[in-house]
Amino acid sequence: MAGQTNHELSLFSAEELEFIAEDETVDIVPNLKMGPLNFISGDFGPFTPQIVTQVPLWLAIALKKRGKCSIRPPQWMSVEKLTQVFEAERESQEMSDQLPFHYVEISRLLFDHARDNIPDVHMVRPLIEDIRNLRFHKVQTDLEAFNGRTIAVKIKNLSAMEVNIVRPFIGRALQAFYKHDSPELIPDPERVSDRRPQDVNNAPRRQLRR
Amino acid sequence: MASSSGNEGDSMEDYEALISTTDVELLKRAWRNEKAAPEVLRFEFQLISRLREQIELMEETIQDKSTAATDPLSLSLYQMDLDRTLFLLRSYLRIRIQKIEKYMFHIRKTNELWNRLSKDEKEFTNACIEDLKQHLEESVLSKLPENYQSVLKQSVTSGEDDMVPEPQLDTFVLCRSKEYLTGIQLEDGPVDDRSKLFEMEPGVLHFICYKSIKALVESGKIDLL
Repeated sequence: MAGQTNHELSLFSAEELEFIAEDETVDIVPNLKMGPLNFISGDFGPFTPQIVTQVPLWLAIALKKRGKCSIRPPQWMSVEKLTQVFEAERESQEMSDQLPFHYVEISRLLFDHARDNIPDVHMVRPLIEDIRNLRFHKVQTDLEAFNGRTIAVKIKNLSAMEVNIVRPFIGRALQAFYKHDSPELIPDPERVSDRRPQDVNNAPRRQLRR
Repeated sequence: MASSSGNEGDSMEDYEALISTTDVELLKRAWRNEKAAPEVLRFEFQLISRLREQIELMEETIQDKSTAATDPLSLSLYQMDLDRTLFLLRSYLRIRIQKIEKYMFHIRKTNELWNRLSKDEKEFTNACIEDLKQHLEESVLSKLPENYQSVLKQSVTSGEDDMVPEPQLDTFVLCRSKEYLTGIQLEDGPVDDRSKLFEMEPGVLHFICYKSIKALVESGKIDLL
């Protein structure tokens, strides 16, 4: 059901992330003539053959599935650009900011539905996989730097999918640090995560030894 | 014919007024905030009623079009757009109901939270509370000794309503600010850091304690992710 993603897992399911990513705009080259579309989410079109138009990704894929257009892969999905990004990722510990927030979802959708529109798809795909692995490895090493002094975490240039995966871990890690480092007694986050938290005044306050 | 509405929300920042934000974008934002927040947030009364109108209009339009033999392609596209919007709306309402079910006694007691619910949600909460109370009393509480029969308190001697679960406001949430924000007080955390003031740059993701940014989320300056 729509509202009931499991709290133990990530906040958003993979499908929901894809849903969010599907609102990003892409260029398409339609091969049909159609009048403007006045959706609740916006106005798009009119569509003329061979004239490049901007539409949301979900619309592009729907049209592509019915053979009514071809999708132009976004700027960052070329072999040159991705190799550039890959080199940059390898050299520095910082995350590259050249990739859009939803690059994982967008590239996945395009691979699934518009393979023939991507030049050198057999090179682009492994490049993106490598970049993903590299970035995730960086995230993991960064996470090791947590300690009790961490009260807030700044993350630069992480993508939606990566964020969704680490979110539960970071949340609970920070919670655990907060709890163990504070001199006041706070109920166990494991127990409270699904049901009964914050026993207000009843438990006696204990001074933890520092 | 449904059309994208301009930016009318009262919680919008000035610079966003330059970009006309559709109602669907606003709903998506409200949906994400609601998903990430540990407590129930303010119900977007105007947004939801506007969207309801647009959805009804769209449904009628699709009805008319399907009888008028328009080309099936554009019809199915309109239907897709409608389905997407409906999904967002339904998910938004369901998440709120989930939170209400979890914390219904607490919400009923706390005026601030009670005022965040829509009329239907208030009726739902009351009905839920009655049902749950009745169930607990009949199945368990009436069988316990005199002093322990309250739904809200562990025993008559408890000072507070300690059987009422409250949302964990000190959960860490991922958020992003749209502008440069300074002066965020980090109330929780190691004692010596507590008085430090925190800054947030726009567009950078931060993991921070929900309590510290509660007010900023309500005013719309920070988005939860």
